[in-house]
Amino acid sequence: MTAHRLASGGLVDRGASLDFKFDGRAMKGFAGDTLASALLANDQLLVGRSFKYHRPRGIVTAGPSEPNALVTIGRGASSDPNTKATVAELYSGLDARSQNRFPSLKYDIGAVNGLLSPFLGAGFYYKTFMWPAAFWEKVYEPIIRKAAGLGRAVLERDSESYEKCWAHCDLLVIGAGPTGLMAALVAGRAGLRVILADEDFRPGGSLLAETMSINGVSAQALTETSLAELRSLPNVTIMPRTTIFGWYDDNVFGAVERVQKHVAMPQAKIPVERLWRIAAKRALLASGAEERPLVFGGNDKPGVMMAGAMRTYANRFGVGAGKSVAIFTNGGAGYRAAADLAAHGMEIAVIIDSRSDAADVAPDGVRVIPSASVINTKGRQRISGVVVERSGFEETIACDAIGMSGGWNPIIHLACQRGAKAVWSPELQTFLAPDVGSGLIVAGAAAGHYTLAGCLKDGTDKAAAIAADLGFSAVAEAQPVVDGEIAPSFTALWYSPGAKAKAFVDFQNDVHVKDIGLALREGFGHVEHAKRYTTNGMATDQGKLSGINATGLLAGMQGISPASVGTTTFRPFYTPVTFGALAGTSRDEHAAPVRKSPLYGWAQKNGAVFVDSGLWYRPAWFARDGEKTWRESTDREVLSVRQNVGLCDVSTLGKIEIFGPDAAEFLNRLYCNPFLKLPVGKARYGLMLREDGMVYDDGTTSRLSPEHFFMTTTTALAGGVMSHMEYCAQVHWPDLKVRFCSSTDQWAQMAIAGPKARLVMQALVEDDISDAAFPLLAAGVVTLKGGLNARLFRISFSGELAYELAVPAGAGEAVADAIMQEGRAHGICAYGLEALNVLRIEKGHVTHAEFDGRVTPDDAGFGRMVSALKPDFIGKRLSTRFGLTAADRMQMVGLKPVEPDKHIRAGAHLLREGAKPSTLNDQGYVSSACFSPTLGHDIALAFLKSGRERYGERIVVWDKLAGAEAVAEVCTPVFVDPGNAKLNA
Amino acid sequence: MASLIHCPHCGVRPKEEFSIRGDASLVRPDPEASDEAWHEYVHIRANPRGRYLEHWQHVAGCRRWLVVERDTFTHQVFSVTDGAAAARGTSR
Repeated sequence: MTAHRLASGGLVDRGASLDFKFDGRAMKGFAGDTLASALLANDQLLVGRSFKYHRPRGIVTAGPSEPNALVTIGRGASSDPNTKATVAELYSGLDARSQNRFPSLKYDIGAVNGLLSPFLGAGFYYKTFMWPAAFWEKVYEPIIRKAAGLGRAVLERDSESYEKCWAHCDLLVIGAGPTGLMAALVAGRAGLRVILADEDFRPGGSLLAETMSINGVSAQALTETSLAELRSLPNVTIMPRTTIFGWYDDNVFGAVERVQKHVAMPQAKIPVERLWRIAAKRALLASGAEERPLVFGGNDKPGVMMAGAMRTYANRFGVGAGKSVAIFTNGGAGYRAAADLAAHGMEIAVIIDSRSDAADVAPDGVRVIPSASVINTKGRQRISGVVVERSGFEETIACDAIGMSGGWNPIIHLACQRGAKAVWSPELQTFLAPDVGSGLIVAGAAAGHYTLAGCLKDGTDKAAAIAADLGFSAVAEAQPVVDGEIAPSFTALWYSPGAKAKAFVDFQNDVHVKDIGLALREGFGHVEHAKRYTTNGMATDQGKLSGINATGLLAGMQGISPASVGTTTFRPFYTPVTFGALAGTSRDEHAAPVRKSPLYGWAQKNGAVFVDSGLWYRPAWFARDGEKTWRESTDREVLSVRQNVGLCDVSTLGKIEIFGPDAAEFLNRLYCNPFLKLPVGKARYGLMLREDGMVYDDGTTSRLSPEHFFMTTTTALAGGVMSHMEYCAQVHWPDLKVRFCSSTDQWAQMAIAGPKARLVMQALVEDDISDAAFPLLAAGVVTLKGGLNARLFRISFSGELAYELAVPAGAGEAVADAIMQEGRAHGICAYGLEALNVLRIEKGHVTHAEFDGRVTPDDAGFGRMVSALKPDFIGKRLSTRFGLTAADRMQMVGLKPVEPDKHIRAGAHLLREGAKPSTLNDQGYVSSACFSPTLGHDIALAFLKSGRERYGERIVVWDKLAGAEAVAEVCTPVFVDPGNAKLNA
Repeated sequence: MASLIHCPHCGVRPKEEFSIRGDASLVRPDPEASDEAWHEYVHIRANPRGRYLEHWQHVAGCRRWLVVERDTFTHQVFSVTDGAAAARGTSR
């Protein structure tokens, strides 16, 4: 028995026993324990295996910087790998497993790596597994990956829920230790909206393990009264179990709140974790200071722990880390730990002090060895002794635990996340936060104030200053009197000389002193290079313990100041954040909004097979009984439209209502073709260019009244065109009297196409829609039978006699049903995107497959549409530039295979017969292709150099991806009804 | 990138509600202007380190185009004004 539960003391509830499991073994702890304190209470010293050498490792800290005690908690889909036992709150039923061991923690086969360690130095993998090259991916990497590593990610779907929130406050206090509690009290009393966040499940920070008294009361009593007062203040929010992980622009902080990580069965109604963004006018960083480990031979064995952590386990959790403890220190903190442990009845075997002239007082009867160095430790999976060297004499002293104290590092991570560099303090022998402005003020131990009185005062003063700065008046606080304060000074010791075993710098990544030296010798001495060469600080703890010692060692080896070495870069997150919390509710079907057309229900009951189209779900085809493939359905739909009539949902087109006396002028400047004189009651096809002269989007725009236009855009660019128009109206031409709004979601729009379209529509429309009364490109408001007003447009994408009918979205399904009912006698069918695509290719109509951003109006055959008379429109000036008017530009043509059973696919390139495939010989490419059921063979639209002059020429369609080649004849892109007889019927 | 943008119409809003277009100091040239003037306007961007005028649209809010003056290095935002108001001020 080494580590054990003390007979009394601590803030655990000894009346509330909790059952938990570690590697399947049943254990007991108390409410208020962390998993780490409970494991120690059960004398479980060995908790994990190291990353590279698989060395046995134990608990080192009592907080979030823990490098070793990483475990997997939970089972199956809800298991959390790499959870730090030192912050995991114990609950009844907790099921934890150790990591990176096989077959068991105690007998780990990977530990053979430790024997091979002379060959496994820094850069070993880079140097060794270089040949043969193919072996890296197939052999070396899988083996290395299996041998290295920590916890394993779970592949099952995470069944737990997460959410994201915003919070706003005047002052965010980060850390609820002595500094933070005082600051929150001062600011809260002054009336500021305060958020006090602390990563622990129990607010209080170091006060929870403090034995000093303040104004005559215990630190724990002060914590309780302070929290009680804060809870009574309506303007103060206390957020326990909340880690502030990032500091972002405009003083927005990222935080993760572990809402239900401490319960065996989370409630489904509330999330397990909540990701906060906290917009704070001011923030106070009261994150405290981290005790610095000492780098000595054999310093990584289970039983070697931070002295301050031993003190925390004893004072807060009522757990002794050992029966007989050796303390290795370079400052006052080691003596204070010794005094507290002794007070709990633990034996202090020895205090080894690296300094020669310490004034600190050891507990009665404890031997102190000054000017000494620890060079080795005895024992394998637990400590049995410490080997001390002084003036050339070695001595082994029996003990079962070693507490190390190497001084203090303020926790300044957040303050350095936005690019400001940490500043070396020669007096404090550590890096301090730089001045980062008034948004984030660093206070207490995080600012280098290591005494309790100093923390209490600094928190009070800085909160009062912030309150005054924000216009609140803070009441002056009486300075508390602290009893039992010790001198917190230390003399930096980067390396305990004479090590006779590996002296580890980074426990989690197995980096030891010699690795740092090797990096320096091989030219990787810059702190950022050394980090990457040795992997020091690259583990999940991101060098919280090891970073400063690596800097100190690099400085010491070169004989320069740590100020010249600097630190590696601090980046969010302070501690790891789960993907679940980052995703929040945006997962699975909620990852993106679902847009459903008003005709979605109609499509569904007509057998639609839907396809994702941006955020929309659009009918791709409507399968009928007996149809086995999409082609069967599509071919039937196409032929039905060509012979009878079909109904297609086109509600997803962007729709924009444009009003105002300058509406026509606005459109005239927006489109490359003229709109000024478009008569009321007419629709016109419009082409929008980009300012560089390439086609941006197309669609039809109708004039419904002199000052009211109705525009449609493509589905894909509905949002983009709207923004473009807003930019033009607001920035280019703010004096035009024009207003517009999107009405995409307000209208259900359907295309009714086919020779029998008028028969069907006339039966449903009150108005006369004969060709004479409602010719091609007519547009206007009509009354449907039953009284509903609708907009009717005689426009056609299929080339057939066709209408588009727009009705209010809510009436869409009923109207579509009525059309289907009316059309039944005429053989109507519903048709989807696939048929729509075939119909438009057959007619030579373009989409964004053609308008891909490299195509001018002339390339697509619309050259004559571009107005030469208009003084200006978007794209006018650059559409005339050299290169866009060249004669050998690729022009849109049609292609049909010379052998009718050959296939043509979009994306294929065009070559002259006999030419080798090469960029130089490239003649063009296929933009759209399909099987035409109307013609009985494949057809395609393509862009071919000087294509319009080459009708009748044979060209090779070269499709490397499909491994196919076909010879095609170049032809007009209009395959069906080139004379527009059907269109004008 | 700033986290919060003070929209002159909607107040302080998170940056996710906005989309960014780019340099707001560019003025669309006269249609008769030289090839060079148009080439500069359409293709050439300064990409400065420091103060920068940028067009942002509040797409998930008022949908106004705004002129955001910010520092590309420190991400500090100095001012946010309405784009139309700014355009009227440049006498075009």
